[in-house]
Amino acid sequence: MRPLTFQRLLLQCSILAVVLFAVVVVALKLGAVPVSLYGLGRDLFSLLLHQTSQLSSDYGMIVIEIRLPRILLGIVVGASLAVAGTSFQALLRNPLADPYVLGVSSGAALGAILALIAEPHLALPAWLAALFTPLAAFLGAAATIAGVYLLGRREGQIDSGTLLLAGIISASFLSAIIMFLLTTLTGRDFRGMAFWLMGDLSTSLQSSLRWVLGVGFLLATGAIYTTAADLNLLLAGEKEAMHLGVDVRRVRLVVYIAASILTGLAVSVSGAIGYVGLLVPHVMRLLFGSDHRILIPTAAFGGAIAVVIADTLARTVVAPSELPVGAMTALVGAPLFIYLLRRRIA
Amino acid sequence: MSTSAQSSPAWPNLGDMSRPSKEVRLSVEQVSYAYSANPSQAPLFTLEANSFQARPGEIVVILGPNASGKSTLLKLIAGALEPLSGRVLLDGFVTHTLTPRARAQRIAMVQQESPLLFPSRAWEFVLQGRHPYGRSLRFENENDVIIARNALAQVGADHLSDRWMSEISGGEKQRVILARALSQQPLLLLLDEPTLHLDIGAQVDLLVTLRRLAAENRYTVVIVTHELNLAGEYADQVVLLQKGKSLRVGPPASVFQRDLLEQVFQTSLTIEQGPRGRPRVHVLPAT
Repeated sequence: MRPLTFQRLLLQCSILAVVLFAVVVVALKLGAVPVSLYGLGRDLFSLLLHQTSQLSSDYGMIVIEIRLPRILLGIVVGASLAVAGTSFQALLRNPLADPYVLGVSSGAALGAILALIAEPHLALPAWLAALFTPLAAFLGAAATIAGVYLLGRREGQIDSGTLLLAGIISASFLSAIIMFLLTTLTGRDFRGMAFWLMGDLSTSLQSSLRWVLGVGFLLATGAIYTTAADLNLLLAGEKEAMHLGVDVRRVRLVVYIAASILTGLAVSVSGAIGYVGLLVPHVMRLLFGSDHRILIPTAAFGGAIAVVIADTLARTVVAPSELPVGAMTALVGAPLFIYLLRRRIA
Repeated sequence: MSTSAQSSPAWPNLGDMSRPSKEVRLSVEQVSYAYSANPSQAPLFTLEANSFQARPGEIVVILGPNASGKSTLLKLIAGALEPLSGRVLLDGFVTHTLTPRARAQRIAMVQQESPLLFPSRAWEFVLQGRHPYGRSLRFENENDVIIARNALAQVGADHLSDRWMSEISGGEKQRVILARALSQQPLLLLLDEPTLHLDIGAQVDLLVTLRRLAAENRYTVVIVTHELNLAGEYADQVVLLQKGKSLRVGPPASVFQRDLLEQVFQTSLTIEQGPRGRPRVHVLPAT
């Protein structure tokens, strides 16, 4: 017997933090404009001391003002998607669940686009304007997952295959509505929107939105983490979980709302980046086991690492041009998804 | 229903005098239930008022054919369903009003297992029984590990500790599931068709283990089954159900009457006395 301890959790998270740091350093260095490691270290150091005036060069500006915010955004988005995916897999008792596959990302995207369309027509106070798009994306995500859940039920039980089909069909239906809205809108940057829909981290965010994103991520992930031990039992079935002392209704509600918030936030700033929420939890389960007390934090780190790597590749493989990061994750993710599906059937 | 306020009719004359009330641990008082898919329609299934009492160390077997309401009665006892009328008392607490956590500290349920989504080792599975005692993040402490180890030892499954749940036999799995229930340190141990997928050796083995655990740990055990002979051999009390009606409650010898069982199970049978004075049922081939 080797039960999970806090020390082990801390150790495994520190290892992942070191890996994430290394990935971030490499991501800062790589790009259309090459930067030396020495220059990078010097610039980051002066940034830490708030001596922005002493930044060495234009290269420094590229690194600090373009690459660093984009990487930080990738970290939060990746962590959000991976935690949301882990939660959906436990909540729906389906190892192939993920915000993208279930259509939740498309629902969030539709919400965000409706908000962008409506915003100029509403005289919103400044504090609400920053929250408006993420809020609409959250509502879109929450409505979609509720719909997919209801469609995926058969005789009161969730049917795994029906659920996935309901998700995929919802995704395609919602995407069609999004396309309809985009083409009928005049004066919009259609190419930019299409890029965003594929998943894109290049948009620079207003600082108020950054706050919403950061605080929202911490609160939602924290809320899900308080149910980590309950999620372990929920995987064995709702009836069994109840007899082991889990307040099933409360856990379901907390996880459902928090995972929708995470998806809504990630999609409203970066579009629909697929497969991160699906694959990262699986890799982490292989590495660290399937206990949610360890899976949720390690999946957060893993998601961050995966998205930063994917975005760095998206920036560099066709440099000086760029791919949407969602195209990158789908290129790797879709074949892996098929592999998992086949292995599960066999 | 109107009778719910009266004293329990299954034990009409065993009031405060003949048995100290402290001794009764589980008291099922006029419990009934109705299930309907649509509230405006007539119920699809009704469980009529049911009463019995059980003391620590006793094994009660709920016996009956399919769709007689056995599992519904068990869920009512577990507090998982709210009765239409009546109540179930466990050491003075009404079971369905307890919080899930408080309930899981007192009542352990062994159900027909549901498939595991991700692989789990037997010890991880048994430690889950400590969940109702954990604090916020519920990292198990040494005490939990000791209790889980003891639970595995008590069901004779210490050697399975490091095995994967997906790789052990049905009988072994049933032991591990039982060990998880023991690690909840319950007062009341409920088992829903525990012998369903077990061969005859494993069935007897399980019942002998339950008999021993009930005596050693002073559990009150309630088992749902349709295995007549296991009930006859190991029960202290039998509750015989048919189509939601409680036909008879009492020790096996009083419930195992030929015409009664023939009528309930719709087959010809004979009953003889076993070596320990227990009734033994032989089903006669249809002619």
